[in-house]
Amino acid sequence: MSLDLALLLAQDGIANGAIYVLVALGIVLVFLVTRIIFVPFGDLVAYGALTLAAIQAGERPGTIWLVLMLAALAFLVEAVSLLGRGAAHRLPRAALVWLALPALPALVAWALVGRALPDAAQWALTVALILPLGPLLYRIAFRPIADAPVLVLLIVSVVLHFAISGMALVFFGPEGARPRPLINAMFEIGDMVVSAQTLLMLACSALAAAGLWLFFERSLTGRALRATAVNRVGARLMGIRPGVSGGTAFMLASALAVLSGLLIGPVTTLSYDSGFVIGLKSFVGAIIGGLVSYPGAALGALFVGLLESFTAFYDSSFKEVVVFAILVPVLVLRSLVTAKPADDEEEEL
Amino acid sequence: MTALLDVVDLHVSYGRVEAVRGVSLTMEAGRIVTVIGPNGAGKTTLLAALMGLLPSRGSVFHDGADMARLEVEDRVERGICLVPEARELFGDMSVADNLLLGAYRFRRERGFRSKLDDVYARFPRLADRRRQTAGTLSGGERQMLALGRALMMRPRLLMLDEPSLGLAPLIVREIFRIIAGLRELGVSILLVEQNARAALESADYAYVLETGEIGMHGPAAVLLHDARVTATYLGGSV
Amino acid sequence: MRRLTVGQCAPLVFAGVMALMPLVLRGYPITLLSYVGMAATAALGLVLLTGVGGLTSFGQAAFVGVGAYATAWLTTAEGLSPWLGLLAALAATGALAWLLGMATLRLGGHLLPLSTIAWGLALFFLFGNLDALGRHNGLSDIPPAYLGSFPLRSANAGFYLIWVSLGLAMLACANLLDSRQGRAIRSLRGGSAMAESLGIPTFRLRLAVFVLAGMLAGLSGWQVAHVQRYVSPTAFDVGPGIEYLFMAMLGGAGHIFGAVVGAGLVTIARDELQDILPKLVANSGQLEAVVFGALFIVVLQRARGGLVPVVLRRLPSRVLSPPPDAPPLPRRTQPAAGTMLLAAQGLVKRFGGLAAVNDVSFDLRAGEILGLIGPNGAGKSTTFNLLTGAAAPTAGRIRFMGADITAEPARRIAGRGLARTFQHVRLRPTMSLLENTMLGAHLRGRAGMLRAVLRMDRAEERQLRAEAMRQLRRVGLGDMPHELAGNLPLGRQRVLEVARALAADPVLIVLDEPAAGLRRPEKLALAELLRALRAEGLTILLVEHDMEFVMGLVDRIVVMDFGVKLAEGAPADVRADARVQEAYLGGVA
Repeated sequence: MSLDLALLLAQDGIANGAIYVLVALGIVLVFLVTRIIFVPFGDLVAYGALTLAAIQAGERPGTIWLVLMLAALAFLVEAVSLLGRGAAHRLPRAALVWLALPALPALVAWALVGRALPDAAQWALTVALILPLGPLLYRIAFRPIADAPVLVLLIVSVVLHFAISGMALVFFGPEGARPRPLINAMFEIGDMVVSAQTLLMLACSALAAAGLWLFFERSLTGRALRATAVNRVGARLMGIRPGVSGGTAFMLASALAVLSGLLIGPVTTLSYDSGFVIGLKSFVGAIIGGLVSYPGAALGALFVGLLESFTAFYDSSFKEVVVFAILVPVLVLRSLVTAKPADDEEEEL
Repeated sequence: MTALLDVVDLHVSYGRVEAVRGVSLTMEAGRIVTVIGPNGAGKTTLLAALMGLLPSRGSVFHDGADMARLEVEDRVERGICLVPEARELFGDMSVADNLLLGAYRFRRERGFRSKLDDVYARFPRLADRRRQTAGTLSGGERQMLALGRALMMRPRLLMLDEPSLGLAPLIVREIFRIIAGLRELGVSILLVEQNARAALESADYAYVLETGEIGMHGPAAVLLHDARVTATYLGGSV
Repeated sequence: MRRLTVGQCAPLVFAGVMALMPLVLRGYPITLLSYVGMAATAALGLVLLTGVGGLTSFGQAAFVGVGAYATAWLTTAEGLSPWLGLLAALAATGALAWLLGMATLRLGGHLLPLSTIAWGLALFFLFGNLDALGRHNGLSDIPPAYLGSFPLRSANAGFYLIWVSLGLAMLACANLLDSRQGRAIRSLRGGSAMAESLGIPTFRLRLAVFVLAGMLAGLSGWQVAHVQRYVSPTAFDVGPGIEYLFMAMLGGAGHIFGAVVGAGLVTIARDELQDILPKLVANSGQLEAVVFGALFIVVLQRARGGLVPVVLRRLPSRVLSPPPDAPPLPRRTQPAAGTMLLAAQGLVKRFGGLAAVNDVSFDLRAGEILGLIGPNGAGKSTTFNLLTGAAAPTAGRIRFMGADITAEPARRIAGRGLARTFQHVRLRPTMSLLENTMLGAHLRGRAGMLRAVLRMDRAEERQLRAEAMRQLRRVGLGDMPHELAGNLPLGRQRVLEVARALAADPVLIVLDEPAAGLRRPEKLALAELLRALRAEGLTILLVEHDMEFVMGLVDRIVVMDFGVKLAEGAPADVRADARVQEAYLGGVA
């Protein structure tokens, strides 16, 4: 392989990897705070891109109905749990947090879509619609079993993916969509042509990695989120509510997901079911990076992008096989490197 | 005057095993009350239930208010603070972060960090190690950190579970001096210990817990010289 | 004549009903039942793997695919007989499961199931991209299986082929679970520490279950290939993989019949949904996945045990009599009283910089009760773990029965005649007292899985059962051998652990804080039992915090404090020792 070719593949690989970086960051974030491996993360990315595409096309995105349905369900779950504890006086607050707050952007979107909107307003609407999804899914699916073994949380997570990607088919149909890019420009650096969109993605990823690192290392709220994951009981004894921490983490994750959706959408055509594979590839990257560090996850995700582009050069049909198969040796290596965990695992499932 | 803490007929079960069977106890504000007893008597279970970490039957009143429906975090908001036997530190985080998290409930108040210097003054060892992660501390330092973190919470009722566990005599002495100092500050303390003599010497009132039930109780000074207590802890023949 | 019990009747009735189905039903319902059978075969693998063994796999569908493609390719491209294809499907899935299991079964917690998603997807993409396997179109025109010269081509023939093979697989699994190895598999979910301490090779068993689950998927794949007569990659994605998991957990992971119940409900419900949903909304292609997803989440949140256990609980429980007597198992010869049994020399264990045990030495002679005492945190438990092989010492040596056992795994030490109990009782709460005790006698049996499946292990099984019953009577739990261990109060659970230890026919029994949490009468009874065991020549090491319990019972005492040996000697001397008093009553002046 010539050096030029290698450079070209590397550039392609980094552009690919940039897609996975933000998603990998989100996956690490959720895992660090809640011990949940949020498999549907990729689906939220797809929802982001498809929602923007629908809004640009002047159609009401199905996300509106999804948010409204989930908000009603979340309020129901919360109400049942409150009444079960005899805390009826908290119902109005619950209605505000779980019903009114998420429904607001949905209603605004319902009213505005179809009118001539500036690009910025379209993006803002997309963000406002995707943002509640994470916390709502968390409240409905995960919080009732927050103390369950990681394994159960993982199964719920995988199941959740199938549920919400199935809904995406209903809302958006089987065809893919590609929203307009945020920036339309190409740069020539030496012999290479780089799209501004790729550079923007890399910049956003770097900013997000740095921002997350700062938030979790420097602010008391960030520390409290971390503390929840490090020691759940310890955190509760400090008055940190794991439910609030989890909700916050999922909100941040939603933000990262919609950001990646806005950035990735214009680069690759996404359809209702493309989120899963994007999510899992990013997840492979996050695991390669150790699943505990943001910079590590970012590097791991870039590695996955490179691996994909080099494999595709030899035989494009096997790039998926290689990316997923590599996880097995990576996990085995990791289990050899890290000390054996204490054998005090409770009975699982 | 209402008692600071009033526990009436408390039962706690794990599945079908009842670990605490009808415990009643009372403590006045500003006192140190101790619960002593052998391993497996249900002492840790009792504290966990009082904190809301375990479901229980019976009633617990704090300052006259029924705590039945309060969750752990609500009890923390009321100024109840537990230093558990397992310490429950944030092992991967620095000593300073651990302490700051103790002030979490004051996060909206300005100057919530100011108490930090207070704690460092009380535990100079922690000041030396403020950047180290909690997981790398020795047993004594971990206990100091747990106590320091509790002080950051400015507790009204401090519940200590086996604060002397696994510590060298010199450090145990140090820990009990700190506990006595806290009482001077007006903190009420519920102390659970298997180091019976140390606990009885520093407490005002004592309960003996055996297989989930209160056996004897009385002023600590009286129990300290009770023949049955001495026998249980030094052993007779079965 | 022997009367059949409900448990023995149910499978016969079930088999009879299924055999008559084609006479009652015609056409599509039979095809649907065939689908149920194929899914149930794959789900049966997950019942073993997840429900019984405690391991989770999202990749079961990929194994079904491996089996299906193996036989499909061999019978179309190479023209082999479908019966050879069956062998090939089983061999291919078994070998692949063995390889993947060797690589990934040591992964802790969630990493193992995650790796199953990864290789599941890798295999799925592989099927869809290999020319030899027809890429995304798959393989078609697969020949049916022949019985002699009769092709099993009709819907009814396919139905019988599937349900007969499924029935045999269920019988084999039921036989396996009701055997020595099956009990060991069922004990895996209690954590490896308990199983290893009983001499059960946990990794090998996990691997065996993993391979077995893979082969059941292979069988399902073979059914798919030769009844459906075409294979395509979409059936082997992670989506169907999680559907198999749903079936297993909905039916009741852990119950053989759970696979059929779960597969039946899911397959029939999907069929109905696929009729109804398109009439309600457009693009409903994945909507049944949404419905199943929501249901699965509810099951995981509310009823992780599944349906079968709920139904079983409502059935009247039958009264079981204690097992009949059987010829005793061979016993170890106990060493003569007074000979050196165990010697610990200069044991050191460091965690990080902290020395939990620092230069501790002591001897144990045959026929004595030695108490190892000390305040909490003195290093007793660590010493205990070093002796029993649960942890390896940083320095020092341990000899047992004349052999150096330093750093030997717990399993090997158990085989040498050391049995232990746990401070935090480790029993299988969902297994009976008798079964828990039989687990202790694991090393005294020989029967392997094949003998169990073919029911050639019955004589040995009767001996194990009778031995366990003897031990239960010996400790005073003989009145309710079929009660579940989880229903006992703590005190009796501790005694059950002693019975389990005794079932191993040990020369040394090591008890970790047996008196903790016991009431006074229970303590007295336990002390009485230990005295009786000593009188029978057994050697006992007692790690204990409760001085009152220890003093009247033991011959000698070793006192530990801060990881070092503080004193050693007769109980009276030790009690008089000023340093011991200081350590125990606390030294705050």
